[in-house]
This record gives sequence, structure tokens and C-alpha cells, in this order.
Amino acid sequence: MAKPPGGASDSRLELEADAAATAVYDEVQDDRAGGSGGSAGPGGSGASGVSFSALRNRLRLPPTFRRPMAIIGMSIIVLWFLVAIFVPWIAPYDPLAQQFDRLQAPNAVNWFGTDSLGRDVLSRTLYGARISLPLALILVVASAIIGSVLGAVAGYFGRAVDEIIMRFSDLVFAFPTIILAMIVTAALGPSLTNAVIALLLVSWPSYARVMRSMVLGARSREYVVAGRLLGFSPFTSLRRDILPNVAAPVLVLATLDFGNAILLLSGLSFLGLGATPPTPEWGAMVADGVQQFSDWWLAAFPGLAIFTVVVAFNLVGDALRDSLDPRTAGAVQGVKI
Amino acid sequence: MTLVTFTLANLVPADPAQAALGERAASDPAIVAAFREAQGLDKPVVTQYLVYIGHLFQGNLGTSTQSHNPVSQDLSVAFPATAELALFVIVFSIIIGVGLGTWAALRQNRFSDQLFRVLSLVGISIPTFWLALAAFYVFFYQLRLAPGTGRLSASLQAPPRVTGLYTVDALVAGQYTTFFNALSHLILPGLVLILYTVGLLVRFSRSAVLDVLNQEYVLAARAKGLSPSRVVFRYVLRGASLPILTIVGLAFGSLLSGTVLTEQVFGWGGIGQYAYKSATTLDLPAVMGVGLVVGVVYILTNFIIDVVYGVIDPRVRVQ
Repeated sequence: MAKPPGGASDSRLELEADAAATAVYDEVQDDRAGGSGGSAGPGGSGASGVSFSALRNRLRLPPTFRRPMAIIGMSIIVLWFLVAIFVPWIAPYDPLAQQFDRLQAPNAVNWFGTDSLGRDVLSRTLYGARISLPLALILVVASAIIGSVLGAVAGYFGRAVDEIIMRFSDLVFAFPTIILAMIVTAALGPSLTNAVIALLLVSWPSYARVMRSMVLGARSREYVVAGRLLGFSPFTSLRRDILPNVAAPVLVLATLDFGNAILLLSGLSFLGLGATPPTPEWGAMVADGVQQFSDWWLAAFPGLAIFTVVVAFNLVGDALRDSLDPRTAGAVQGVKI
Repeated sequence: MTLVTFTLANLVPADPAQAALGERAASDPAIVAAFREAQGLDKPVVTQYLVYIGHLFQGNLGTSTQSHNPVSQDLSVAFPATAELALFVIVFSIIIGVGLGTWAALRQNRFSDQLFRVLSLVGISIPTFWLALAAFYVFFYQLRLAPGTGRLSASLQAPPRVTGLYTVDALVAGQYTTFFNALSHLILPGLVLILYTVGLLVRFSRSAVLDVLNQEYVLAARAKGLSPSRVVFRYVLRGASLPILTIVGLAFGSLLSGTVLTEQVFGWGGIGQYAYKSATTLDLPAVMGVGLVVGVVYILTNFIIDVVYGVIDPRVRVQ
């Protein structure tokens, strides 16, 4: 992916980026496409003044998102979020109304067929976006915040605080995510809220680890020490000097984690530990498909929905990571099967 | 480790007596009291823990409230099932995943690199339970190529136990029909998990190999005029083996501690399914047993990886 897409345009910026990329390529250097584009960015806007092409360049997507895979991923994500917002106007039928013949194969009226209670699978799949996306968003944001704060505190203060927090995260890491989440959900009682709580419990440590190592690296920088000498309290120093400088890898991790969150949530629902029956949740719908095994359309479409969302987030996350290339983000990303 | 599983199991707000006895029996206080006494639930928590630890040292993990078997007996059946699947998956995943990852790194940004990266992304993005279901539908229901659920067809007896791995035991006993049957049952769940694990390994080994390709010693090896294959196998892969090993260990550990969703779909009867069954029925001794097995597996895989680090990289040994 050395050449930026859309090579027909002859703007100077693009030529520069192209040349840089080719040079790098010739030297057989490990320089991801995002990196070369990024170095060309500031130079281009400074050189061409207030010309039309410079303005156009400024309005364009950042180089990270100009790669075809990232664009595909971004479009799918935007599409799904639009669906989630506007689903009452998009979905052809009520997702809960049992108004059709049971177990119809896909046809002109019900494009995705109907389920064992005569509900429209297409409408249910579309409404599923309203359940999975917001919950996954809450889960990722909450665990990123909790994990980052704990990791930052552990890294900044060190000693006993560090020991306690990191031993806790080690313990969580020792268990496979799904088993731990399963035990917690089963104990709290199956519901979507409890599934999110359980997953929150198991997903914060990866953020804590990344954050801790970043903070450990930043803590002894001169500007941080200078801030402390100026009389900043430890928390002010953390908030003003350290966190803004180490936030990017956490953002990348969160993007990559979004796909995992969707997978785990739907996995728990598939096991009957998440969404309860009438809810059109994707994992629960796939589980319905297990009951009616011969009727493939019950499980196929919600499964595809999960897959497209997860792939999209992974594509974007990958692009973000390539542009940033923090080895730390890739290293501790859990293995979730 | 034991403390954690124990605390976790005891912190649950739900009442295990209620769950184990069912609603009718649980409404009778006498039965509940008897159950609590039998399980030692009437004693203080600390005493319960000490009793549990004491039994643990005698190899007694308690009795499952669901199967009424000793938990250790249940686990000794479930763990080999999971281990067999995990070994099958990890062997093929290493060969395919590391191979493709290295290839992708060597042809960075060419077509095959792009292709493998997209494929590996697909591999880790597909919900495993859905893929398992789809594979089962296509190969079992439609094409009749694969056998049904479980580890053996119903008509066959499990081979005499040596290792608990059906394929190995069948070979040892010379029962070739059983061997091929067990193998054919392995293939479908194996493929589903292989796709995921390969996706993971391709990503990590690609970036590990790319890192090494930039090292000066690789450039030096090339400059000396060594053949490309020699450079790759003797210099690059050796240098990249530590990070690859780390992720292989993680993947193997998580395969060994039970792949709940896949095992559930294929009715595999391994640790994952046992964990699911005992968690949903609040079978606390069984849950703690699973926690223990998982913990031991985690510690053991980490230990083995550390040892292998030392074998591969002499610098680790010195420290």
C-alpha cells in the first residue's frame, strides 16, 4: 500500500508522499504507508500557501484513513451507526411483531425470511444494531477509562499501588475472558446489563497495562519533572503533562477492542447469558438458529451483521495502529477465542 | 489462585442451594439446611476456604452438585478432550500461521501480503460460534461430509484410556476404525479454531518478522551473499521466534483452557463446555475446579515458554 489511492490527482502533496513512499520502498525499509504519508502532511500545507489545492488537501481525510481498507472499514461503521440511529424508518417491519407465517425462507416480502415466531429477520437484524453498538460503545469507553486511570495511577505512583493494581490485572489475565465473564454473568443473573458489567470486569486490564507502560516511560521526562518542580500536584501532573501525551495508543487499543466487545457480547448472548428472549440481539438470534438448524437464514444474517461490524472496526483499528505503530498496543491485546 | 477462584465463587450473590435443589426442594427449609451442611455451606467462609485447601492437597476438589461425581473425575474426562482439540489446532496453526505471516512480511505491501492480511483479519473477526454453526450446517447437514457432534460416533466405544486423547489411545490400542472416527470428529471444530488462531498468528508473526528484517545483522547476512532461504530460516526466523513464541503460548493457553463457544456448538464435552454447564447451574465446586485447571494451565504454559525462551535465546539464560 505504498501509493496513496486516487493517484490521478496531481497535487504536490500527493507527489511528495508518493516519492517518499517509493524511496522508502526501494530501501526495503519497514515503513508503513501511514508513516510516509504523515511526514508529508505538514510539509505540503506549508509549501503551497492559500491555494485551492491546499484548501482541498486540508479538507481531505487524514492519511491514515486514505487507504482503501480503512475507507471500507470506516464506511461500514458509519453505515451501521446510521442504521442504529434511523432504524425505525429503515426497518420494513416491527422487530417484535409476530405477523408472518413461521419460518419462511427469504422471499420478496421478508428479504431475510422469518423466524420461528413469525417475526421478520431483516427488521430484527437491523434493530440489533441498536443493541450491540451502544452497549459495545459503553463497554469500550468505560473499560478504557477505568483501565487507563488505574494503569496511569499504577505507573505514576509505583510501589504498593502499582503492585496491587497490576496483580489484580494479572489475575484477570490468567483467566480466559469468556470463562470469567460467563461465571460473573451466571452469578449475577443473565441480562444484557450484567453481561456488560461482567465484560467490563475482564476488559479493563489490557488498558491498564498499556497505560502503565506508557506512563512509566513518560514519568521521568524533563517536562514532567519541570511541572512537578513548578508545584503541580501529582494528579495535576498526570492530567496535564502525561495523559495527553500517552492517549493515542489507548485510542488505538479501544478501536481494536470494539470488535472484541461486539464478539464477546454476542458470544455471551449466544450462550443465553446476555439478551433475554424477545430482544433482537445478534448473538441471541444466532442461538435461535441453532434450535431451527435446517433454516439457515435465522443464524446467517445476524452472524453476518456481527462479522461486518467487527471486521470494520478491526480494519480501522489496524490503519490507526499502522499510522501510530505503538508496539505496546499489539503486545498485550488478549487472545479471545 | 485458589484464593481467587474461591472468592469469586463465594462472592456471587445467588444462592447455590437454590440453584442446585430446584424451586420445590428449596422452599423446604429442612432440605436446604441439610444441603448446606453436606456442602459445608453453613460454616464461616474462612473455614470453608481452609477445608477446601485441605481437601485440595489430597486431590479432592469436592463433588459437583450437578453431576454428583467428584469434580476431579469430571475434569479428568473434560480436560483431555480439550487438550486433544487444542493440540490439533495449535500444531496446524503454527505451521500455517507462521508460514503465511513470514511470507507476508517478506513480500511486504505486495499482493500476497495484502491478501494474507485481509484473510487474517477475517479470521479474527468472524464470530467463532457462528462459523462453527455455519461449518456444521454446510459440512454435516448439507454435504454429509463431516460426522455429527461429540468426539466419537455413538456406535463406537471410547478406546482404553492411556492419555485420554481418543486419537492417541485408539492408535495405542490398535483400533484403527476408532482412530479415524475420532480424527474425523476433530476436523470440523479444529478447522473453525484453526482459522481464528491462524489469523492471530499471521498478524503477529508478520510484524515480528518485519521488525527483524530491519536489523543490521540481516542486512549483513544478505551482504555476505547467503542464499535468501538461509537468511530467512537461520537469521530472520530465529530472531523473530521470541515474540512469535509469546503469542503462540498465549493462544495455546487459551485453547487449553477451553473454547467455550466452539465446544458448545460441537458438543465437545471439554473444559469449556464443563465451565459453561457449571457456571450456568452455579455448581460452585465445579466452577472452582475449572478455575483451578485454567490457572494451572496458565502458569504451566508461561513456565514452558520461559524455558523455551532460554533454549532459543542464550541471552535469556545468562540473566
